[in-house]
Amino acid sequence: MRITSALAAAAVLALSAACGSGGSTGATGGGTASEAPAEPVKLNFLSLAWQKESIEANKALVDEWNKNNPTIQVTYVQGSWDNVNDQLVTQFEGGGAPDVIHNDSPALSGFATRGYLLDLKDKLPAELKSDIPQPAWDTVTFGAEGGVYGVPFLQESQVIIANKKLLDAAKVRVPTADNPWTWDEFAEVSKKLTKDGAFGVAWPMKSPVNKTLNLALNFNGTFFQTGADGKSTVKVGPEEKEVLQRIYNQIHVDKSADPKTLGMGTADPLPGFYKGEYAMLPVGVYLRQQVAEQAPEGFEWVTLPPLKGTSSNQGAVSQTLSVSADSKNPDEALKFISFFLNGPNQARLAKGDWLLPTSQKAATDPSITGAENGWDVATASVKNLVVAPFLKVNGYDEWKSKVATPVLQEYYAGKISLDDAAKRLVEEGNKVLERY
Amino acid sequence: MKRPLQYLALVVYVVFLGFPLVWLLSTSLKTPREMASTDPSWIPADPTFANFIDAFGEQDLIGAAFRSLVVALFSALLTVALALPAAYVMARHRGLASRVATGWVLVSQVFPFILIIIPLFMVLRNLELTNTLTGLVLVHVTFTLPFALWMLQGYVRAVPRELEEAASVDGAGRVRSIVSVVAPLLAPGVVATLLFSFISSWNEFLFALVVLRDPDVMTLPLTLARFTGPEGVARLGPLAAASLMATIPSLIFFAIIQRRLKSGLMAGAVKG
Repeated sequence: MRITSALAAAAVLALSAACGSGGSTGATGGGTASEAPAEPVKLNFLSLAWQKESIEANKALVDEWNKNNPTIQVTYVQGSWDNVNDQLVTQFEGGGAPDVIHNDSPALSGFATRGYLLDLKDKLPAELKSDIPQPAWDTVTFGAEGGVYGVPFLQESQVIIANKKLLDAAKVRVPTADNPWTWDEFAEVSKKLTKDGAFGVAWPMKSPVNKTLNLALNFNGTFFQTGADGKSTVKVGPEEKEVLQRIYNQIHVDKSADPKTLGMGTADPLPGFYKGEYAMLPVGVYLRQQVAEQAPEGFEWVTLPPLKGTSSNQGAVSQTLSVSADSKNPDEALKFISFFLNGPNQARLAKGDWLLPTSQKAATDPSITGAENGWDVATASVKNLVVAPFLKVNGYDEWKSKVATPVLQEYYAGKISLDDAAKRLVEEGNKVLERY
Repeated sequence: MKRPLQYLALVVYVVFLGFPLVWLLSTSLKTPREMASTDPSWIPADPTFANFIDAFGEQDLIGAAFRSLVVALFSALLTVALALPAAYVMARHRGLASRVATGWVLVSQVFPFILIIIPLFMVLRNLELTNTLTGLVLVHVTFTLPFALWMLQGYVRAVPRELEEAASVDGAGRVRSIVSVVAPLLAPGVVATLLFSFISSWNEFLFALVVLRDPDVMTLPLTLARFTGPEGVARLGPLAAASLMATIPSLIFFAIIQRRLKSGLMAGAVKG
């Protein structure tokens, strides 16, 4: 009974203290009302940074802003990628969404259509607008009127991370940004590296859709066509089939790709890669961070440029900062974004996240153009990025989860033929897209 | 021969239960390099506290744990305070109203959380309770109450009516017989319900995610999610360190309260 009473007393005190301390973004600091200056504008900034260096860079920039702008104070709120859209939908519908929102461009289309985000088209400062190239702006431009619903700032390209010792031993040509491997060369090299129980390459395809669609642009495969009425339909012709067939061949015909990595998530093959079970990993540039942090002592690795089909084009999505349509201080929010995403700051953010900045000034920053950890190759690959066609497709998310993911998984696992996969992607896919 | 086998079974069961915790401890003390090894080991070759330093340095884990504790304690106490009298009435008075109420409680369980999250958020907003721990406590109570009611109803039914009748024969009024006879016998049920409500609230993520906004009101599950990135990629070391710390308060709570979980209180109460 004594324990119960003690618990109850402690709990009452604790709730009073906790409820008293939280729940408001109201003014802080001392001073009486009569001598206090005008209340500063308060902005909430929802950030999705999650890597240590990235969080540090984000927090440092917010601190810097707050120090230099006493009249516009920003509160840094950390969210997480896994559930940010659930959180935002509720807050957009119910009120209380953050003023400045970090997200990625695929999520913006739906939010923009429903009027949750502010159109920044006529509000962007000229310097910010001109520093970011048009292909990046295309990733955040939606609707018949070409509204701009965010500022794109970080992008990802697909590169190849390779075991240097195995490459050297096989005496293969090391590709450069100016002279990358073609898909044919890549297939040959993979076969050459497949020996002594080791494979040339690993294709982690637990989430195969975005990776396949982005790479399909190497052969001009767009997967979607949009009519004059704005309605999209799925198309899987020779251009779209090219990359699918080539990946399939590596797994099932050449047997130069390790089949056991097929069901893995992006980072899962890394332990096997360090152990020499496969020599190359086609992955996003950000995975270099984990390799740099985890690779065993003496393990040498290199970053190789994106592959070339009829071109080296890859579909790109961007991480973005947007302003909530309900924000009471949109002008101040945009001022903060302009500071946060200027050239030098984008370089800091890109370095922290191991991604590619959209800012042209940032792209020349020495901190992200050196050879260490493959930054030179990664940063050079930004020139191959074009807007991913699926970004403009209403209903893409449903097509991706209900149709494309299972179909591509079955195809890569060798359970269905390419023609069957193509047929299902189109027929089942169009049924989904019809509803949008 | 029977005794050693029982002990063996017990050891196997304890290992089964303890394995995740031990693995969490082991992971939290490993370097990123060791975590990526294809030959995992139980004992870290080069133990490090860097994961704990990173976890506590980057996130307000202690503050978040304190807030989670407050929310979970209040949710549990409030749930039991509301469910106990309701369960007694529903168990003892089996009229139409009781049956309808019981059915309604069941029906309320079939709605997926995601369906009601926006209306609930709007109700909280109208009450000016979004972004407050009080609002979160109310939400947790709302969602644990139906199941708590069911649990307690079962415990109340297990207390023979004859005990209350005997108390009444001895001159006790309704309130007296409930307080002096029924309530002590319901203690294990109350403890079990408290534990259920506490753990549900302690672990709850989705509602906290949408109700809470500012860093100074975030609860522990929200803070743990900060160590994960897109496509399920996570910073395993700091996440393991933070998760390990997150299990400690609930273990302590369980250790304190589990002594009240007893069975057999009513054995032989009514001679048939």
